[in-house]
Amino acid sequence: MKRLIVAALAAIGIAAGGMAQAEDFTPAVVFDMGGKFDKSFNEAAFNGAEKFAADTGIQYRDFEVTNPSMREQALRNMARRGAQVVVAMGFAQAAAVETVAQEFPETKFTLIDMVVDLPNVQSVIFKEHEGSFLVGMAAAMASQTGKVGFVGGMDIPLIRKFALGYVEGAQHVNPDIEIFQNMTGTTPSAWNDPTKGGELARSQFDRGADVVYAAAGGTGIGVYQAAKDAGKLAIGVDSNQNYIHPGTMLTSMVKRVDVAVYESFRAAKDGTWQGGIQILGLAEDGVGWALDEHNRSLVSAEMEAAIEQARTDIIAGNIAVTDYMAQ
Amino acid sequence: MKGFGGPTQAPTWVTHGLVPLINLGLALVIAGIIIALIGENPFEALRLLVLGAVGYPEAIGYTLYYTTNFVFTGLAVAIAFHCGLFNIGGEGQAYLGGLGAGLIGLYLGHWPAPVVIPLAIACAMAFGAFWAFIPGWLQAKRGSHIVITTIMFNFLAAALMTYLLVEIFIKPGQQAAESRTFEAGAWLPFVHDVFAAFGANIGRSSLNLSIVVAAVCLVLFWFFVWRTRWGYEIRAVGHNESAAVYGGIAPDRAIMLAMAISGGLAGLVGVNEIIGVHHRLLLEFTAGYGFVGIAVALMGRNHPAGILLAALLFGILYQGGSELAFDMPNVTRDMVVVLQGLVILFSGALEHMFRGRIERLFARRARAVAA
Repeated sequence: MKRLIVAALAAIGIAAGGMAQAEDFTPAVVFDMGGKFDKSFNEAAFNGAEKFAADTGIQYRDFEVTNPSMREQALRNMARRGAQVVVAMGFAQAAAVETVAQEFPETKFTLIDMVVDLPNVQSVIFKEHEGSFLVGMAAAMASQTGKVGFVGGMDIPLIRKFALGYVEGAQHVNPDIEIFQNMTGTTPSAWNDPTKGGELARSQFDRGADVVYAAAGGTGIGVYQAAKDAGKLAIGVDSNQNYIHPGTMLTSMVKRVDVAVYESFRAAKDGTWQGGIQILGLAEDGVGWALDEHNRSLVSAEMEAAIEQARTDIIAGNIAVTDYMAQ
Repeated sequence: MKGFGGPTQAPTWVTHGLVPLINLGLALVIAGIIIALIGENPFEALRLLVLGAVGYPEAIGYTLYYTTNFVFTGLAVAIAFHCGLFNIGGEGQAYLGGLGAGLIGLYLGHWPAPVVIPLAIACAMAFGAFWAFIPGWLQAKRGSHIVITTIMFNFLAAALMTYLLVEIFIKPGQQAAESRTFEAGAWLPFVHDVFAAFGANIGRSSLNLSIVVAAVCLVLFWFFVWRTRWGYEIRAVGHNESAAVYGGIAPDRAIMLAMAISGGLAGLVGVNEIIGVHHRLLLEFTAGYGFVGIAVALMGRNHPAGILLAALLFGILYQGGSELAFDMPNVTRDMVVVLQGLVILFSGALEHMFRGRIERLFARRARAVAA
């Protein structure tokens, strides 16, 4: 009898333990140095994670790194403290993910913007050049002067990828178009320097540009403000930023990092999470251009038709957009 | 910088032990009030901070790893202070030091480690020294103010590194502006690997043998500044340049020497980061260590013993602070910066608030006892 009770208790204990584990699902996200409120890349991930928390009631852990050696430490901490899935934001975390994913083969890692080839790593990369191509077309068609501008954050491959797609899109509409390109700086502060962004935009306006595309994180805010002050047009990036200045925001190149984060959490919770590489372009709605009530009046039916046509052509492979990384 | 607060009869343990502790305690009290205001338990926060910094072997490893960086930058700022110079360029000098170490790692990494590592250390020091020597030369010969030039050299270093990593050293076909990983010959061993070789198992952390280099630097710094002619010349120029000239010392030489040594010490951050931890060249690895070095030198009274303690304190704040941000969702990384700022404010900027009063108190007691 006594033995039976012990066995029954043990069974209950095991069952309870199993249930507790199922309920203890903890997803985690490690933001990169930009910080989670950068109004752009990292904030998109934050929004995705928040949406997941609101939809499911499951709390997630997060961490913002402040120096490069913290990346590995943060990922390891997340894995050790029982996070089942850890989203690592940004290409800079690739090396850290590679190390930590080998130490914790049971933990799932989702890396945004870079590829690490391990069974427990899901790599999500975006075809920013395709989205940039479309907004480049929009810029060229909206421009009266035949001159458009680009303000990047730092001169790194990722930003060149944005710039190249933008240039090709603009030239697709108008082969003679003149395109000014400026980078904000050489230090991480380049991602959060609205003052300098505004200066660069103004200098491009002075040289005759009337549409400017910013791919520079928080620096973009200054670019959009400068466009508003000068009565010119600006194009947002990463998130849909059309609402910031309705009337002078021509459109935004949206990159659905929020969806990628949300999907990673959801799939891990449902048990459908898989390692491997996901490449999200126009076809997958991973990137795109934003058309809503804030910029409706700026985009003519003709422009919309041309951009949608190009979108279809890129998906079908009739227009080839050069990927700076694949060169 | 001795006798900072004027002559007193207060015992040494009061001046150098009690007063800093009171300042630190006050900073913690204010920080605790702020933590309580945002709705967290300050005692729990303190517990997490201390536990996160020294509570388990891996944490101690990370704390000492940060300490290593702060010892280098703290000493770098201190040697310049001794010469009356304010070197704000530690960040850029560390960046260049990393480049020096990285070049050796990239091109000579296939050589045996006992050859490569001393070479990489020497090269890191040489690059850092060169980057500080130019502002030093401009100050000594042209009178260009060192504060302005060293700040500008930080930006030049950042621009140079971004260019080199994006255009030249980048591993082809990847997003991150990083070089390839060095061959194993250029890896300064991790402390946990060294312990493992002797059969002891401690947690994995970034701590590597650079800490030995830091220890050697602390001792050599003391010897150089207080026991050699060059150190005497540097201090003489720092106290009074005109008097130094009267005494037959050439200030321009002392200035250039102090700056070159300062840059060399800052360059050693590159050794810790590049061949010690990352084993590849990458952007932004300096992460503000150069600027924190200023606070470390101020708190440490430009003396190696003080710098060691201050560096340890900042190591604890860095490591414990990140653990705190981990476990308390309300405490963001910006809150951790606030905590660090309070410690700097009270032990650096407001340090005379209590010093005089406490020292007078003890001096009076000492006199009373003597009578």
